[in-house]
Amino acid sequence: MAEKTLYDKLWDAHVVRHNDDGTSLLYIDRHLVHEVTSPQAFEGLRLAARKPWRVDANLATADHNVPTTDRARGIADPVSRLQVETLDRNCHDYGITEFGMHDARQGIVHVIGPEQGATLPGMTVVCGDSHTSTHGAFGALAFGIGTSEVEHVLATQCLILKKANNMRVRVEGKIPPGITAKDIVLAIIGRIGTAGGSGHAIEFAGNAIGQLSVEGRMTVCNMAIEAGARAGMIAVDEKTIEYFRGRPYAPKGELWDRAVLTWRGLTSDPDAKFDKEVALNAADIKPQVTWGTSPEMVVPVDGAVPDPDQEADSVKRGSMQQALKYMDLKPGTPMRAISLDKIFIGSCTNSRIEDLRAAAAVVKGKKVAANIKLAMVVPGSGLVKAQAEKEGLDKIFREAGFEWRAPGCSMCLAMNADRLEPGERCASTSNRNFEGRQGAGGRTHLVSPAMAAAAAITGHFVDVREL
Amino acid sequence: MQKFEKLTGLVMPLDRANVDTDAIIPKQYLKSIKRTGFGPSLFDDWRYLDPGEPGMDHSQRRVNPGFVLNQPRYGGAQILLARDNFGCGSSREHAPWALMDYGFRVIIAPSYADIFYNNSFKNGLLPIVLDRAAVDQLFRETEAMPGYRLTLDLAAQTVTTPAGKVFKFEIDAFRKHCLLNGLDDIGLTLQHVDEIRAYEARRRKEAPWLFTS
Repeated sequence: MAEKTLYDKLWDAHVVRHNDDGTSLLYIDRHLVHEVTSPQAFEGLRLAARKPWRVDANLATADHNVPTTDRARGIADPVSRLQVETLDRNCHDYGITEFGMHDARQGIVHVIGPEQGATLPGMTVVCGDSHTSTHGAFGALAFGIGTSEVEHVLATQCLILKKANNMRVRVEGKIPPGITAKDIVLAIIGRIGTAGGSGHAIEFAGNAIGQLSVEGRMTVCNMAIEAGARAGMIAVDEKTIEYFRGRPYAPKGELWDRAVLTWRGLTSDPDAKFDKEVALNAADIKPQVTWGTSPEMVVPVDGAVPDPDQEADSVKRGSMQQALKYMDLKPGTPMRAISLDKIFIGSCTNSRIEDLRAAAAVVKGKKVAANIKLAMVVPGSGLVKAQAEKEGLDKIFREAGFEWRAPGCSMCLAMNADRLEPGERCASTSNRNFEGRQGAGGRTHLVSPAMAAAAAITGHFVDVREL
Repeated sequence: MQKFEKLTGLVMPLDRANVDTDAIIPKQYLKSIKRTGFGPSLFDDWRYLDPGEPGMDHSQRRVNPGFVLNQPRYGGAQILLARDNFGCGSSREHAPWALMDYGFRVIIAPSYADIFYNNSFKNGLLPIVLDRAAVDQLFRETEAMPGYRLTLDLAAQTVTTPAGKVFKFEIDAFRKHCLLNGLDDIGLTLQHVDEIRAYEARRRKEAPWLFTS
């Protein structure tokens, strides 16, 4: 039998039928639901008098619109409130489990899924959110879908899909001290570009990926979409299996043993063929900072803002010029000379407990620089927040001058009240530096949690390894 | 879903690569629980000089005369000419909803982000892929000739210029079929209920832990 990639195996295990036109009907094991991309899908279901195919395959939470302060007072913005209430009502009407705004388990949908063991190795996982690729970190096939597909999954537990091509990104060698999963994935995107994975499912492999914790792997897979790949994934190893042991939705007893046997097979066969291969050396990776308005516009912290005049491709040159104008930066400016207004530590990319520990280790005993107007930490879930508080991380952040907030997507996309004002510059641990992403006119630089923490203390970018 | 067969329409050029979904429809409008009404907020940050919020009267806002959408010669455009990786970023279907609500029915670009591409078909918005050289030519002709119109024929898979030059484009057979007939995917899938049930029965034996919660 032909050697298979991890993606081939996950795909094949979920094919309900092959259609004549080259598409397949693929079965979906887990559907995560949030308030922004689901209301029109539930409305469609209702209008067609359809019922969810398998209620227990769905898990919902409100994350994009929820306030991160004074949550007991509810949501001030009536439009946001209606959207969250609509999710509550839809979940209630159809019997779907929801971790509502006041549930201790509420949080960013991509943080709570793995945390609960509701997303598991070997599953197909979808959500009306592009960062669903996060769940590929533990050998699942996970990808974002639009609202029409949300309705399709609710109604049929399946999607009509065409299989993507296989791509492998290998990162080999020992990860240097102070280099994180975020630096690795930003370096990958810098190399292959924001469309480098289009039409492909990316498997991240190599021994450097193996050295990462499961949480770090989630950071890498989270940003597969920023490289254009709908799905990113990493093979199962013992770390993966240990991560899920004892989680509320994970199998128990004999079922656990059976599941583990299956999960151990979730790796690419040694001679499996990939349509595209890229390799990076971990030793070459330095702390990364984006300078522009696309995640591919990234340089090492000891680098400088690039010069569009050095770019031969006219379309790329135009994008660079637009980005420099929007970001108010001049070519040749050292990244270390860029001073900041706000610091955001959070988002589905970097809001798990290890991210908060890494940031707290940098901040401990220090103070936020005088030029920083706001430095905030937004834990990924209520359980991450509780764990951090148990470890005293909240105190470390507060004493340094950070605000310690309640969980949600927050200033990653500024759908709630947390946002940049026009012209403000932010070091952010999120995933997108698009124009206006964190607030109209706001300027975003993507970094790791440790680098964001270091920037908070010095007021400008600095190599966290030198702090 | 709206059917698509043929269209002759005015072309609007948007000469930037990597146009992301935050640019197509900014996040504040995603709070809506409807599928319609996003047209006035399409490209909001580029189109207006003042900040936009849901529920405001967009006709009273200060428009950015430098943005292509506000140039009178492109009023009523139905075909959007774009650059590489159009629609990158989030999975928000609000992006094709906003383009359709404004009046676009077709996009022509060298490449698209995967999720946006897929979402477009679900809404009767046709994203056509032409190679860079062809797209470059269309940009030049559109900018040179006010009132420049292209003719799209989905069945024939052709784009025809006013001078009669014909570009062929590729499209998946399934997507073409659905778009030509305005078919609802869910209805198609529900023709295979027995196969879905058979799959579930088999998986319940193979991997029962997938069905326990």
